[in-house]
Amino acid sequence: MINAEVIIVGGGVIGSSIAHYLAKNKVDVLVLEKNDIGSGASSRNGGGIRQSARDLREMPLAIHAVKNLWPYLSEELGVDVEYHQKGNLRLAKNNQHLKVLEKIVEHGQSVGLDLKMIDGDQVKELCPFVSHEVIGASYCATDGHGNPMTTTLGFYKRARELGARFITGESVKSLIIKKGKISGVKTLENIYEAPIVIVASGLESRSIANTAGIDLPMQKVMLEALITEDQSPMFSQMIGTAASDFYGHQTEHGSFVFGGMTGLEPFDSQEENAVTRNIAAPSICRAILGYFPFFENVKIIRTWSGFLDEMVDHVPVISKVEEVPGLILACGFSGHGYGISPAVGQLIAQMIVEGQPSISLEAFKYDRFKPRV
Amino acid sequence: MSKIIGRALKKDDFVEMPDDHIIICRCEEITKGEIRRAIYEGMYTMNEIKRYLRVGMGLCQGQTCNKLVKAIVAKELGLDMKDIEIPIPRSPARPIAMKAYADDGYMR
Repeated sequence: MINAEVIIVGGGVIGSSIAHYLAKNKVDVLVLEKNDIGSGASSRNGGGIRQSARDLREMPLAIHAVKNLWPYLSEELGVDVEYHQKGNLRLAKNNQHLKVLEKIVEHGQSVGLDLKMIDGDQVKELCPFVSHEVIGASYCATDGHGNPMTTTLGFYKRARELGARFITGESVKSLIIKKGKISGVKTLENIYEAPIVIVASGLESRSIANTAGIDLPMQKVMLEALITEDQSPMFSQMIGTAASDFYGHQTEHGSFVFGGMTGLEPFDSQEENAVTRNIAAPSICRAILGYFPFFENVKIIRTWSGFLDEMVDHVPVISKVEEVPGLILACGFSGHGYGISPAVGQLIAQMIVEGQPSISLEAFKYDRFKPRV
Repeated sequence: MSKIIGRALKKDDFVEMPDDHIIICRCEEITKGEIRRAIYEGMYTMNEIKRYLRVGMGLCQGQTCNKLVKAIVAKELGLDMKDIEIPIPRSPARPIAMKAYADDGYMR
């Protein structure tokens, strides 16, 4: 039996971020990870760090992270997280696309975000490689991108240096409740005890929460990505489209990372493991070439796939569980958890250390899901 | 199922070796010393080392350096080579131009 003040289930970007901010506050924390560090969605995402096109509930976290945490994160962790704040362009090719973007812009401006519509010429000025078919875009100058893999491993490395303990290869199967309170977790082979348990296990969070009688309306959605060979620096913005057919950016070392979906998810991709499908990479390639004809002879060197833990309202659960004192859930990030991961770690640490997070997490409660009638 | 690995900090300081300058991953130009230091900093699996340093993420996709990295991990962590998993192989086996990849017969 191993004891800690806090157990975190899941060594992804969220779990490692929480571990970092707790360890920084001298909390004795133990992280249990089933595979290796960052093996799930934390290493399988496009690296977008954006505020634009987020649900208004997530906006305070995203704005706080972009303003106060991301710019200093590499220094804080001692690992280059490759954060670049060079803007986000969401491209449009027709009037229907423009309408989609106008709504996103109106939405963002309502909370004071520096988000605006720009025309085709202005897009070309910012990013000369776009097709002449692009007639406009939404542009958020304070958005950007980073490297999800070095961010996750950076949180891990720094947390470890600050005294957080990590054990990998430990698959948590159930929560242990004693006298109505959380008392620890059970893995395949061991029992670990702590008065506070945080479940940050992505998709697996649902089955783990189930063992305490808590269910979450979450499903598995596959996304795939492709990596190009190195290119000399071409453009630095994060790119998306109004049609949501692909997204991507150029990384620091020169490769482009492009992600996307075929439109058949989640119905055609319920495999147990994330395995790339024949139809996905070609479909993402066609989407990219439709906006960036330049890439036609650029080579793809690698593809990968991963699963999102998608909530029914596309907004995460970051919440204490009232029925089970000591249990905290941080999951269901629905494909956009990376950008807010530093804020989530910091706020959950405040919740534990100071009793209250400095930004309200009320909107992310686990019991917000109600039948429609 | 992955093996249970504790990630406790090493008690001793990192010790440099005379051959740390040797390049192990040719595509990304990553040295033995960088890999040894990454292991010292807690990157205990080949997938973690790959994600941390870009070892095996270049044009050859690790076909040249995987074995060498494996040997370094085995030595640094005192493991048997056969107990170390190599990073997940990724499609395509050779680089393919985007226009060829896009042409799978679905959209003509």
